Amino acid sequence: MFEAIAFYLFAALTIVMFTITVMTSQALYAITAMAAGMIFISAFFFILGADFLGAIQIIVYTGAVMALYAFGMMFFDTTRNVVEKRTNPQIVFVLGVLAAVMVVAIFVAPIVSNNIQALYPIDAAIGNTQAIGMVLFTKYLVPFELAAVMLLVAMIGGIVLAGKKMDKSLTLMAEEDIGSMDDSIEPQAGGH
Amino acid sequence: MDVAFIIETIAKIVVILLIFSALAGLGTYFERKVLAFMQRRLGPMHVGPFGLLQVAADGIKLFTKEDIIPQNVVKPIFKIAPVITAATAFMAAAAIPFWPQFTVMGYTVHPIVADINVGILYVLGVMAIGLYGPLLGGMASANKWSLISAARSAAIFISYEVITGLSLLAPLMMVGSLSLVDINNYQVGGITHWIVWSQPVAFVLFWIAAFAETGRTPFHLVANDHEIIDGFGTEYSGMRWGLFFIGEYANMFFISFVIAIVFLGGFGDGTFAGAFQLILKVAFFFFFFLWTRAAWPDVRPDQLMWLCWKVLMPIAVLNVVVTGIVMMF
Repeated sequence: MFEAIAFYLFAALTIVMFTITVMTSQALYAITAMAAGMIFISAFFFILGADFLGAIQIIVYTGAVMALYAFGMMFFDTTRNVVEKRTNPQIVFVLGVLAAVMVVAIFVAPIVSNNIQALYPIDAAIGNTQAIGMVLFTKYLVPFELAAVMLLVAMIGGIVLAGKKMDKSLTLMAEEDIGSMDDSIEPQAGGH
Repeated sequence: MDVAFIIETIAKIVVILLIFSALAGLGTYFERKVLAFMQRRLGPMHVGPFGLLQVAADGIKLFTKEDIIPQNVVKPIFKIAPVITAATAFMAAAAIPFWPQFTVMGYTVHPIVADINVGILYVLGVMAIGLYGPLLGGMASANKWSLISAARSAAIFISYEVITGLSLLAPLMMVGSLSLVDINNYQVGGITHWIVWSQPVAFVLFWIAAFAETGRTPFHLVANDHEIIDGFGTEYSGMRWGLFFIGEYANMFFISFVIAIVFLGGFGDGTFAGAFQLILKVAFFFFFFLWTRAAWPDVRPDQLMWLCWKVLMPIAVLNVVVTGIVMMF
């Protein structure tokens, strides 16, 4: 009974949070609601007995991904409402409904055809962290390594893009040196 | 799931909340006294014996102060931000075993709210969410200084989470479990079995990162004192500001518990002596937080980032690799 109560509670909360994220025109509401929604999703993992994934969901999505969104939001005035430019609401509506129908179909199809089997059922003898480790390093080793390589590429790319003039510290430079440095900076692509 | 379990859990939650809220208040008293003695002052002396009731006076002041919500702030976010800080600090406590289990009138009590098998991961994750308190508070404040402080504290939290995670990885590889109870039981053999002897580097790294995670001096850039304002808390008054404070102090206590359990043997074999030793260890780490505040100045933000990414992180990665090689052969 507790699991049912917890499931419906967190399902409702998650839907409300992500609805706020989509509907609001205030950027701070959106980011707070989305962070909260991500935490509520972790509740489903805990209900299903997947403690490890639940904790990882909190750390990765709320702790890291959302925090990066928040970093991006530092650069504009978050106390003002965002005015969106809606050129064609019909297309947005049709695409939204289509996407929703597709997601429902994807998840309902295996249930309707009674075709769900747990390929790696929970083994009570080994913990769930160990079970994930075994699956990751046997069946999913190639995708796992591929993801690692892609992250490494992204990291190196990030360092190369951001690393120009990293050896110079604006704090330690003299005033005129900073001025002369500005001249040498090329205008940024995209800009205004 | 029976009724006794639910009642027991609720009772434990209430007890932990009460004890650590009170300790957070008392923590401010200890901090002022310790700082005062180190600076050859007396600290609070006038309210009650040795100024002990100063805590109550401060509490009454905070509770009865007007709750000012400035113009132009994003009201709901501004109001909820301090609650996030305090709530996440206490949520992290759910997976910390504060004491060994003991028996009262034939009923065995486990002084841990939820003994999940990913305890340490959960504690770190929830502490990581604590970042949203300063972040949202600063961004909703409609104040440039608050915003700068929020950006700075977010950068520090995210960077030092990497150090916390990597430094803990090496001890966890040795223990082979993420449960804080298992980590404690791994070191049950006494002082020679403590992880700190086999993982001294990880211990120091985690300890340094703990200062950044709780925003204490010398990494007190969350509220940069040189700006003569209170960082993200500038626009806050009364109890909302007090909640930030409670969150910070509760976090100091909980991270002290985590250091003591992971590296210094925790409550040992579970006897009363072991439990008492755990309290002593936690008290020492809490005292150390206050000690550094009296002894060290704050570092610059760029120095802090340099320390994190160019010194601590390579050491942490090396430590993990060396631990792996040693364990393999």
